[in-house]
Amino acid sequence: MAKGEREKAGNDVPAGGFVQLLTPDGERIESATTADGTTYTVDFTDEEYRELYRDLVTVRRLDAEAVALQRQGELGIWASLLGQEAAQVGSGRALRSQDMAFPTYREHGVLYCRGIDPIMPFGLFRGVDQGGWDPNEFRFNTYTIVIGSQTLHATGYAMGITMDGKTGSADGEAVIAYFGDGATSQGEVNESFVWSGVFNAPIVFFCQNNQYAISEPLERQTRVPLYQRAAGYGFPGVRVDGNDVLASYAVTKAALDNARNGQGPTLIEAYTYRMGAHTSSDDPTRYRISSEVEAWKAKDPIARLKAFLAKQKVAGDDFFGEVDDTAGKLALDLRERVLAMPDPQPVAMFDNVYPNDSPELIKQRKAFEDYQASFEGSGH
Amino acid sequence: MSRIKEFNLPDLGEGLTEGEILAWLVKVGDTIELNQPIVEVETAKAAVEIPAKWGGVVTRIFHEAGTVVEVGKPIIAIDTDPSAGPAPSDPPAATPAGEETEAGLIGGPAPGGRTAVLVGYGPRTTSAKRRARIGTPTPATSAATPPPPPAATADLPPAPPAKALRPVGSGVLAKPPVRKLARDLGVDLTSLTGSGPLGSVTRDDVHKAVNEAQAPAEPQPIAVLNGVADAGSREQRIPIKGVRKLTAANMVASAFTAPHVTEFLTVDVTRSMKTLEKLKGRPEFAEQRISPLLLVAKAVLLAIKRHPMINSTWSGETGEIVVKEYVNLGIAAATERGLIVPNVKDAGRLTLPELATALNDLVRTARSGKTPPSDMSGGTFSITNVGVYGVDTGTPILPPGESAILALGAIRPTPWVHNGKIKIREVTTLGLSFDHRIVDGELGSKFLRDIGAFLADPKTAMLTWG
Repeated sequence: MAKGEREKAGNDVPAGGFVQLLTPDGERIESATTADGTTYTVDFTDEEYRELYRDLVTVRRLDAEAVALQRQGELGIWASLLGQEAAQVGSGRALRSQDMAFPTYREHGVLYCRGIDPIMPFGLFRGVDQGGWDPNEFRFNTYTIVIGSQTLHATGYAMGITMDGKTGSADGEAVIAYFGDGATSQGEVNESFVWSGVFNAPIVFFCQNNQYAISEPLERQTRVPLYQRAAGYGFPGVRVDGNDVLASYAVTKAALDNARNGQGPTLIEAYTYRMGAHTSSDDPTRYRISSEVEAWKAKDPIARLKAFLAKQKVAGDDFFGEVDDTAGKLALDLRERVLAMPDPQPVAMFDNVYPNDSPELIKQRKAFEDYQASFEGSGH
Repeated sequence: MSRIKEFNLPDLGEGLTEGEILAWLVKVGDTIELNQPIVEVETAKAAVEIPAKWGGVVTRIFHEAGTVVEVGKPIIAIDTDPSAGPAPSDPPAATPAGEETEAGLIGGPAPGGRTAVLVGYGPRTTSAKRRARIGTPTPATSAATPPPPPAATADLPPAPPAKALRPVGSGVLAKPPVRKLARDLGVDLTSLTGSGPLGSVTRDDVHKAVNEAQAPAEPQPIAVLNGVADAGSREQRIPIKGVRKLTAANMVASAFTAPHVTEFLTVDVTRSMKTLEKLKGRPEFAEQRISPLLLVAKAVLLAIKRHPMINSTWSGETGEIVVKEYVNLGIAAATERGLIVPNVKDAGRLTLPELATALNDLVRTARSGKTPPSDMSGGTFSITNVGVYGVDTGTPILPPGESAILALGAIRPTPWVHNGKIKIREVTTLGLSFDHRIVDGELGSKFLRDIGAFLADPKTAMLTWG
């Protein structure tokens, strides 16, 4: 595609504004330059644009299936990502294979972009396992329920890879820590900002500002735009349109590259909106008005990319239909596999206590196994 | 597998027990798809749409809109293979008869209007049955038979697991909430015959035992109501009535309406004790038994004359402080029926011998239990002589309607600085509680100081203030 035919000229990001490369109407903006002189842009092929669209649709469809499973009594709880697909896919696709991600419990889209089987966190939400996996294998830490604590883990990890000499080059490693607007009020997040700033840790703080900490609105968290807080800790902060997958990608990629090159941390505030409930246990109609939701619907991340692809004839109805069908099949497959997840064996509670067991633990396990075997039909 | 599937109301939000059907979005005969919204349900946490768990044809809707349905109960039946011809006429019941979740259990009906309260995660939607132990006969007839121990292993002594399964020291079957109820109500589970499954004790059994125990008119130790098997003979149950009841009511009323302050003064009463000895030799007191209380009473009466605000009543209803020009001097007396505080009417007008007589009469009448009600009302200031029990002092609670009360502690020979030297002196501690709404710290302190001054040197005080 020839540039210029489809792109508006570069924009300067006004104070308090955000980096945007794709408007809600699907208009492509060539580049966006922030006050500190950094210019953000992307240069995707048609195929890459289409795959970004496929990612967005797929993670939304899988998320919808999970919501349905919860409503049908098959999951104890679910934290939906609806509305935040672009922030997650944009940042998730900006990660390189050697990078390490520290998610909250809502980063299903990032998990998907890491190439991980989307069923991985369902054991946690179905209550059949503890939600544990090998973070090093997947370069993706376990889902963290405690608000903000993972930012400290990520900071420590980032300081560690610096000591290991894994940063400081174009192919170095970088770390990304995900959290929400509510977490910015937590002590851990502020501590991690302090440590990262002081030690120049190779980390990107990716805050998805979805406007609500459960029911608490943003104006109860901060008196200044969140990204401006970074200045107080001595590293750059940038706000990006979190419903724009292109801008989210561009800003995250630049920040990760800075980190891997030894240029220290960046705070990214991805300005977005949680279209659904905080979790399946929450009723957002009790604390926000429908006109606000409607206004954000007009900024939908998928609709704008679809409009862009259609307008630029990068993709047509055949493609859109195929993407929907494929995502639907993935969702059905996910459903069937979730329903087939085995219940844990009672004796499994002795696993993963110590890496090499202990005499006392072995004794307890043996006694418990004997107890289990004393029932009729034992052996499950 | 049945092609008619029943969908049970799930726990929609971490620990809910029920939901109200707001509206059905489908009706019987509709063909529906997987995940198609079928019903709106409102729970304590949120109103949500439930998507269909299976595609197919709706064959039955169990509850109309507006019904509150317990979690785990079926709400809709769906024929998942309608193309295979007419469905079997009778869909299987959700739970076979006799296997319903037991009343009181999570997911089961709540007995006696008691809600099965949940902590943490939700009620179970299946009725899991406990598996029988190997080698155990049919459960219905083996309630009292402990299960046999598991096969012995080389590593472990063959401890009988049956013991571990049962609460130590109790062979009675009862659910933990019932055990707690019994403990709270003081019912000994071992004394009950359970009417529940396997002879287990139920909530009703416990309540019944309490009702039966309370039925007899005679309040006496009850065999059922005790903590341990033989405790009945070691506990006495005394009905709260009469003086004890009145005392309790007065103390509570006073303690929670009048803000009390207590001050203490330790004073050398050697001269008072010497004066008392001299008084005993006087013919005016020949017939009397006189004690330090007499001089304390006199000291109080003189101090009240100097500080009349001490002798007053806070009248909240009229918004006034009533200062009395007469002193009805109350003396706390321990009787078999409990504490009573009869008072000497207009004690300020009495001479010392008259006061001594009045005090002796008061105490004698009280001990015999014949104090007339008129003697117990209208007190304006009281003294409690805890010293007779050998204690140092106390923080007395005001009798209702009075603004101050004095505690007289034990009088002991004590090393004391007297005229610049350490001497053995007779020393006591006075405790004065007063109603801080009326009596400020200054007034209370001056009043107590004057009483102390009298007791330290009664002759001078009498000459000066008497």
